[in-house]
Amino acid sequence: MSTAPPFMPEGTVYGTLLNFQGEIEALAPQMSEAPYKAAPSAPVLYVKTANTWSANGSGIALPATTQQVEVGATIGVLIGPQALVKYAQTAIISIAHYVLMNDLSIPHASFFRPPVKYKCVDGFLGVGSQLVSAGQAGDPARFKLEVRVNGELRQRIDFANLVRSANQLLADVGEFMTLQPGDVIMLGCDAGRPLAQAGDRIDIYAPGLPAFGTLSNTLLPPQSPDASVEGAP
Amino acid sequence: MKRARVAYAGAIHQATAHGDQLQLADGRVVAQDAVVWLPPLLPTPRPRTILALGLNYADHAKELAFKAPEEPLVFIKGESTLIGHRAFTRRPAGVQFMHYECELTVVIGQTARNVKRDDAYDFVAGFTVANDYAIRDYLENWYRPNLRVKNRDTCTPIGPWLVDATDVPDPMNLALQTTVNGQVTQSGNTRDMIFDVPFLIEYFSSFMTLQPGDLILTGTPDGVVDCQPGDVVVTRIEDIGALINTIETWPTAAPVVPPKGQT
Repeated sequence: MSTAPPFMPEGTVYGTLLNFQGEIEALAPQMSEAPYKAAPSAPVLYVKTANTWSANGSGIALPATTQQVEVGATIGVLIGPQALVKYAQTAIISIAHYVLMNDLSIPHASFFRPPVKYKCVDGFLGVGSQLVSAGQAGDPARFKLEVRVNGELRQRIDFANLVRSANQLLADVGEFMTLQPGDVIMLGCDAGRPLAQAGDRIDIYAPGLPAFGTLSNTLLPPQSPDASVEGAP
Repeated sequence: MKRARVAYAGAIHQATAHGDQLQLADGRVVAQDAVVWLPPLLPTPRPRTILALGLNYADHAKELAFKAPEEPLVFIKGESTLIGHRAFTRRPAGVQFMHYECELTVVIGQTARNVKRDDAYDFVAGFTVANDYAIRDYLENWYRPNLRVKNRDTCTPIGPWLVDATDVPDPMNLALQTTVNGQVTQSGNTRDMIFDVPFLIEYFSSFMTLQPGDLILTGTPDGVVDCQPGDVVVTRIEDIGALINTIETWPTAAPVVPPKGQT
């Protein structure tokens, strides 16, 4: 048994849209149309605010108006203490660790405006408890994930299908903002994201890399307003 | 009370306004230009949530050729984009349109969940001024405004003061003004917000719990103009403060040399 306390981020957690080929293919017919008018040229990021963070094993209460959520299984890159040293057009990247994440969303069809009300709902980010070092994890292009809902395999994800590799993503993000030590950037959620509802247990596992452990969260029915608790969920 | 956070003589200090000087928490009184001004943030145990509104003044929405939104257009910033009063903001070489945005900023003072608008001000610690720069060249229509426009290093000056809420009797009736090199280029009033501060606190707290130290940047009125390196931009809000910022060229003329052993 590991005695290390479960991981919880200390910096900003960024998510990445459209970093899987499958997402690009699914949206390709719309990309040249309004409101998008073109495929994005830079990484498309969003923030999972601290109120969304749910520890491995914890329940996640759905909002009263939400019947189903999309499961966004992914791997986060935790930026190491040496962070990003930038000069000229290149970047030196020190990746400290990787961690499983379950980036829940209220399903939304438009990606034109920032997804705050769909993605920053209390509890909507499951955070894996195990950090895996870059050395132990190996090449992120070889990561694979399996997503189970109530024990049934619902999605397989292969990080060989990333649009930008982890290194390329960090370099392209570093062009416009400095990721700080402690920040986490998620590599993306592939298309075909399973839907889940209250009562469902979601398990995310990385076959071949048992060091990640399993990230498990159970969706709970809406809390009544009377049951609201002070402080973070 | 007007509170600041500054670096002075090798340490970080809490400070308060003292005439046209600053009084550090240890009692010393120092000149305002003798310190490095840091963002006047409350400490938070976890990374603060920084919400920012787009198109929250009808005139600005019209200026940018948008119809007024039916619900708040909100995006989120990371803390690393913030810098303090009297600092420098980078204009990348070759960009065509970089503009300031003078914004009343709400600092949350208490954990806020399912707050009703009539109670909203009970959850506010105070107010400050933010200048939410945008570089329009980088706009793309995916989660717009995208982070490449709105989360750049140095591009969100904030301060100089955190002004206690009790010292701001009517936050929804404050004049805003921006000057560039002394010329007034933007003026407005917080009364013209589409979604006012109590609405925003009710709206956000209905789905996301806000914590002490979290920020809401409430949007900007019309009058945004391009700013060039060397321009001194002062974003000012009545009773809250005047936030001074200077645009600089980026990359700088001096090459940034990689540290030894990291080539």
